[in-house]
Amino acid sequence: MKTINNVVCSFCGCLCDDIEVSIENNKIVKVKNACSLGISKFLNYDKHRILKPRIRKSNEFINVSLEEAIDECVEILSNASYPIIYGWSNTSNEALRIGVEIAELIGGVIDNTTSVCHGPTIIGVQDIGESTSTLGQVKNRADLIIYWGSNPLHAHPRHLSRYTALSKGRFVKTRKERKVIVVDVRKTATANIADIFIQIKPNSDYELLSALRYAVNNGEIEQDEVAGVPVEKIEELAEIMISCKFGALMFGLGLTMSPGKHRNIEAAIALVTDLNKYTKFVILPMRGHYNVTGANNVTCWITGYPFAVDFSKGYPYYNPGETTIADIIARGECDAALIVASDPISHLPIESAKKLSKIPIITIDPHETPTTKVSKVVIPSSYVGIECEGTAYRMDGVPLRLKKIVDPPDGIVSDEEILKMILSKLRGD
Amino acid sequence: MIKVILITGRNLEQGTSKSIGKFSKEYMEKLAICELDPEDLKSLGIESGQNIKIKTNYGEVIVKAIESKQAPHKGIAFMPYSIWANLLLGSSTNSSGMPTFKGIEAIIDVAKEGKILDLNELLKEKFEMI
Amino acid sequence: MKILIKNGYVYDPLNKIDGEIMDITIENGKIVESVSGEVIEIDAKNMIVMPGGVDLHSHIAGSKVNAGRLLRPEDHYKDVEKKTNVKRSGVGHTVPSTFTTGYRYSEMGYTTVMEAATPPLKTRHTHEELNDMPMIDKACLSVLDNNWIVLDYLSKNELEKCAAFIGWILNAIKGYGIKIVNPGGVELWGWGKNVKTIDDQVPPFNITPREIIRGLCKVNKMLNLPHTIHLHTNNLGTPGNYRTLIESMKCVSDLSDGSIILHVTHVQFCGYKGYSWITLSSGADEIAKFVNENKYVTLDLGQIVFGDATTMTADGPFQYILYSLSKNKWINADVEAETSAGIVPYRFKKKNYVNAIQWSIGLELALLIKDPWRVFLTTDHPNAGLFTSYPKLIAWLMSNKAREKILKKVNKRAKSKMILPSLEREYSFYEIAIVTRAGTAKALGLKNKGHLGIGADADIAIYDINPKEIDPSKEYKKVRRAFRKAAYTIKDGKIVCKNGEIVENIFGRTYWVNVDIPKDLLISTISEVKEKFEEYYTVKMENYAIHENELLKSAPLKINSNL
Repeated sequence: MKTINNVVCSFCGCLCDDIEVSIENNKIVKVKNACSLGISKFLNYDKHRILKPRIRKSNEFINVSLEEAIDECVEILSNASYPIIYGWSNTSNEALRIGVEIAELIGGVIDNTTSVCHGPTIIGVQDIGESTSTLGQVKNRADLIIYWGSNPLHAHPRHLSRYTALSKGRFVKTRKERKVIVVDVRKTATANIADIFIQIKPNSDYELLSALRYAVNNGEIEQDEVAGVPVEKIEELAEIMISCKFGALMFGLGLTMSPGKHRNIEAAIALVTDLNKYTKFVILPMRGHYNVTGANNVTCWITGYPFAVDFSKGYPYYNPGETTIADIIARGECDAALIVASDPISHLPIESAKKLSKIPIITIDPHETPTTKVSKVVIPSSYVGIECEGTAYRMDGVPLRLKKIVDPPDGIVSDEEILKMILSKLRGD
Repeated sequence: MIKVILITGRNLEQGTSKSIGKFSKEYMEKLAICELDPEDLKSLGIESGQNIKIKTNYGEVIVKAIESKQAPHKGIAFMPYSIWANLLLGSSTNSSGMPTFKGIEAIIDVAKEGKILDLNELLKEKFEMI
Repeated sequence: MKILIKNGYVYDPLNKIDGEIMDITIENGKIVESVSGEVIEIDAKNMIVMPGGVDLHSHIAGSKVNAGRLLRPEDHYKDVEKKTNVKRSGVGHTVPSTFTTGYRYSEMGYTTVMEAATPPLKTRHTHEELNDMPMIDKACLSVLDNNWIVLDYLSKNELEKCAAFIGWILNAIKGYGIKIVNPGGVELWGWGKNVKTIDDQVPPFNITPREIIRGLCKVNKMLNLPHTIHLHTNNLGTPGNYRTLIESMKCVSDLSDGSIILHVTHVQFCGYKGYSWITLSSGADEIAKFVNENKYVTLDLGQIVFGDATTMTADGPFQYILYSLSKNKWINADVEAETSAGIVPYRFKKKNYVNAIQWSIGLELALLIKDPWRVFLTTDHPNAGLFTSYPKLIAWLMSNKAREKILKKVNKRAKSKMILPSLEREYSFYEIAIVTRAGTAKALGLKNKGHLGIGADADIAIYDINPKEIDPSKEYKKVRRAFRKAAYTIKDGKIVCKNGEIVENIFGRTYWVNVDIPKDLLISTISEVKEKFEEYYTVKMENYAIHENELLKSAPLKINSNL
């Protein structure tokens, strides 16, 4: 049995890099330090696996060689007028770089799961900016931790112990020295361990954030309650925020997915920006997938925009609401799709999923999903961070190199290699 | 019948079981569910573990009602992200790129005889080619 | 490939060639004595031949730059680049995408660019972007002055261990040199505070900015790094800060044995007299006096260009002040245990009193400082102006008339305070070659760049302008045009650009320093540091390091330290 140290976990945006993985005969047998999400991935990743490329021919899947599958991809993509290339948050930067080049070559749209996750966050940042930091800054300095519309104990289980409330920092060493506040519509598992839990009425985050901002800036709120929260509580919260030494507001999809969307985020960012007049405050989005942040960064440095980039005019064009995947599919405008490391049939609203299933889909993914079931071409690939190396960015932008721990099954190569083959054939190399 | 606000989101079971595989029995057991506040279960007159039908302006689905461990949240129903949840959501993004995955008005009815479709059955029903 | 460039007017200041007509011959990517056989001939008759441009300070790649790109979609819409057979598509204006950045430098005849500031923890990101930046050779300066472990060592005066640690970091993250940004101030910004003088205490480290600068200056010597410490002073952008600049320069004066030991960057932003924005005036005359008398300092201008800019520095507190003044968008991004970053869009206006004074300061410095080997042409891209404005700057330096044209349009009260209108000095082509390539390459310690001697890298720019017939003083527009679109850009002996158009897409090298540190010292320092490192940071030391194969074309400089 061999043990590999300092392995980077490839599940969520925490990108914990202290995992110990023991292997025997090219199989992972033991995992230390990971949370249940990480352990589940390390120990189960090779189940429900696709082992051979396949093409759908008159409603039946036929196994084909990799070359045949690539040829079919190239055929589909070069004949499409408005293809979409989507996914990316569960694969490496290296793979996405090739994906962007393909999208540019075929004049299609490249988008990543940010679109249906923290897209509103990015739109908010583009409107007003943000005061943020890496997670270590929170660990070392923050005496006030706020989770808003986010339930890390379920979605980022080691977030508190590695980076926030339960971590040991240089200046703030114990849980006692930190105040933890949770704002949510339910009393979540995270809310249960907070010092203060604020239960907010659904769909009223914008109002509560605005009221807080008002209170922070010394305004007097006239109502008795906002968003189901009594004004005294709001004023108390404002006071706690102003008088901390270093505050960190972490927020999740509770803010991005409820009807206020990017306006919710702007309200949160504006609150934190204003707090910097009185003390030090940062805001951090809780990014879900392990490399969605990398996906934004790669897309942005190559095209200038972090997601939803349309190349149909020959140059990058960005207009969320128009060039975002959910809208393109809903409008029925795309005529082919290349999906990499993602399962949009599962995670789009059903009418959009149905529309997507009607166009030829190429899916590159290691395992069987509803998307692979409705695809025209499926090419299995290896898992980044387990079976191949790759670069990924943590939720706070810290870039890490994921290791190869075991070999993939025979004949299975990485997303990056598959995409390089597609690009090469499209270029006529 | 009760009126609720539907929230779809992440939870540990959704995260761990998707690694096991979306077509696994475990996945369906953990994900084709809806967490309700104990008082809402009472209003419906059912116990945790019985089937319910959830309906929105966009669709309906039968899943298992589970007593929430993250209560109190009377009037709020929580479903983990899944295809079952997405049957209830609309495609409009109001030009933001983001469909509304949280905060949707829904109606919940008892569905004692209702069958929860497994993933294969669901795909067959909704997608023509399967 | 063999190339013969004939009949051109060659400007090669490092080899003291001042407009001589001579042949330049290239083989296998290097400048050679002569070539024979199958040779591509370039007739550079009536044209200027210079080494390719070397930009020693520009923000082109990394997390802060990318945050700037993300922040400015409205900026990108103004300037798009379509995909061609040779070029990738992209966006330009103040924060260009990576491919476009490389192309636009090359179109101006630039062949080497130094990324001005990279936070070590995120330098992998910088290298990923540099890998996607074609046409140029590049390197990056690592921000080290607010690093907790560095400060721990400096405060205890353990300079050898500090040097070993910094040598380890530069090797680990493939950095080129020591960048200092608001020493001490950025650590305090972790609490929302700043320093005001170079003798302020920085708790809990028990150290002052003066001690940080001096300590790092000594460490730099111990490591024998090719470039000096590269300093962005405290109090940047504050009226009255010219005093901080002079004090900062003075504070290392005893450490020089005659050689150059300090580079101060974007000095325009540090050259303010006055005690408020309304009383702002230029401190250029006093600064120039000091620099003329003290030959151990080099500086670069950070010259303002009127129009759009996106300010971005590691100077978190300064960026917050700018945000408060401009009321525009503001991104702040602290990096744990190391540094910070701030981004604020800005626009410099001719009719604005402050902006007009700022504009005059850079030019006054360039004209008052006598030694062109110690003052370099930059705009601190994209803070004061865009790198694509360098031809404009060249015209301003070479032509009093060009300056007068702008002076007619600037804020009148500002003009009345300036000494610029009275400065008639005009740079020659020889001096331009120094401040844009020969001098900068020398300052960076890149021995094969910035000159056309035998053995130099064949990085060459040919500009279509006849120095014997054109009077740059009067015909400054022709100067601008010529430098905007190089007639030829040659990179590593390949013709990559013709008439300002990219003809071949190539990728350059990434330089970094591989410092040879005595084994025992390195091992003992790293084992001592490991525990603290993993306490302060949120990553393992093993994962902090970047492997050489993560760089597209790694080009380490083997350095023998003085340790």
